[in-house]
Amino acid sequence: MSISVRIPTILRTYTGGESEVSATGATLAEVLDDLEANFAGIKGRILDDNGALRRFVNVYVGNEDVRFLDDLATPTPDGAQVSVIPAVAGGC
Amino acid sequence: MSAVVSESTQVATPAHELRDGAFGHATGLSCRECGHQVALGPHYACPECFGPLEIAYDFPAVTREQIEAGPANIWRYKALLPVPSDIESSPNMEPGFTRLLKADNLGRALGIDNLWVKDDSTNPTNSFKDRVVACALSAAREFGSKVFACPSTGNLANAVAAAGARAGIKTVVFIPSNLEKPKQINSAIYTDSLVAVNGNYDDVNKLASEIAGEEDGWAFVNVNVRPYYAEGSKTLGYEIAEQLGWRLPDQIVIPVASGSQLTKVHKAFQELIKLGLVEDKPYKVYGAQATGCSPVSVAYKAGVDAIRPVKPDTIAKSLAIGNPADGIYVLDVCRQTGGAVEDITDDEVRDAIVLLARTEGVFTETAGGTTVGVLKKLVETGQLDTSLETVVINTGHGLKTLDAVADVVGARATIEPNYAAFRDSGIV
Repeated sequence: MSISVRIPTILRTYTGGESEVSATGATLAEVLDDLEANFAGIKGRILDDNGALRRFVNVYVGNEDVRFLDDLATPTPDGAQVSVIPAVAGGC
Repeated sequence: MSAVVSESTQVATPAHELRDGAFGHATGLSCRECGHQVALGPHYACPECFGPLEIAYDFPAVTREQIEAGPANIWRYKALLPVPSDIESSPNMEPGFTRLLKADNLGRALGIDNLWVKDDSTNPTNSFKDRVVACALSAAREFGSKVFACPSTGNLANAVAAAGARAGIKTVVFIPSNLEKPKQINSAIYTDSLVAVNGNYDDVNKLASEIAGEEDGWAFVNVNVRPYYAEGSKTLGYEIAEQLGWRLPDQIVIPVASGSQLTKVHKAFQELIKLGLVEDKPYKVYGAQATGCSPVSVAYKAGVDAIRPVKPDTIAKSLAIGNPADGIYVLDVCRQTGGAVEDITDDEVRDAIVLLARTEGVFTETAGGTTVGVLKKLVETGQLDTSLETVVINTGHGLKTLDAVADVVGARATIEPNYAAFRDSGIV
């Protein structure tokens, strides 16, 4: 099961500058575990000390924010694209 | 908690050499969550915890007289912004110093003794966004950016496109494809690169964040130069205090989308107190949302700190940000100051737009309607003290969101062109 993961600028020090890496896993949690196995330290930047997604990071499977899906239990089917993006917003 | 200035973890440090004083008295970027320090650059997220980066300053002594001697635009406060001392020498839209209207008619209608409307619809592209964009443009120029860009719910796209045109820098603005037509036209008139994205604002924002991570030389005003951009909102707070005679209001009602504007007005008030430009006094800050996109109001009413993102469904599209980045800070400010966060329905938004227009002659967009409508609800629910001096912010002009009220106002009578027909119409 091959998952493509887009890495934000501030985490590329962990991936040797790569903006997109491959990972495996049936759920987002498994994908993050696999990322950690290959890029030690990266998972701790995405998850807080309680193992939850950090407040200011948005993670998408496809185009959907996983907070609208099953969070870390969100399925990641073969070929899925996972995007990790710092939270920002426009508006007032 | 780290106080180490980190550049190595910020990949996108500009190759462009920064000139001395390029960012005025700004000394660096500081994470609002963990305090980690980052050198000035086109960075917006903390490399340690993803928290938002904010400008840190070493402010000089500033007097009221120095500010009052400045131009009638936001650059009168340049010593308190991340801009160079020669900012006026570069082409910009010179926004700000908009009117503060004494709103006695609206005050009477709502039962508020002392009410003011800060009317930012009179900015160059008719919204408060000209303020933040002016600061972002200065940063983009100092970073040597080649493209000036933004994801936007409309007003920001208008401001970026116009400011970029005036500055002679290429602009690319991204909007949801279902955005109000007038807001699309108000951008497309200034730029040939308006990109309509099939999705809501949060989808557009995600796309912009991805592009910002890939394209060199792009300054996304509310993404990678966001810390500089956001500081522009402080000028709203400075102006209100100055226009009140160097005094803070007792209460202020501010719309909430991302929450940045509300937190920056509070920051401005705190800075004025710290600098001795106004007397220290308590004030209450209230946040306004539309019920169809009210994640901050929901969290406030539930008494929780975590904000659950929502899928927006409201006519107040400029407030339709389902995942507000600064929402938790809005909760902090409103709770700490004794204010509140409230929301109203789309029908109440429309009614408030009409109310403001027919009491004060100010035609506001849906965000302003939301703010005035929430002010009304705060009075009705006893959450706001009607005896205290109150300011309500109008963020933008109603001509941009005509569709919202097109069905609720119109001719009261259609008559033949003769006096008898007029008499029969019942108008008088």
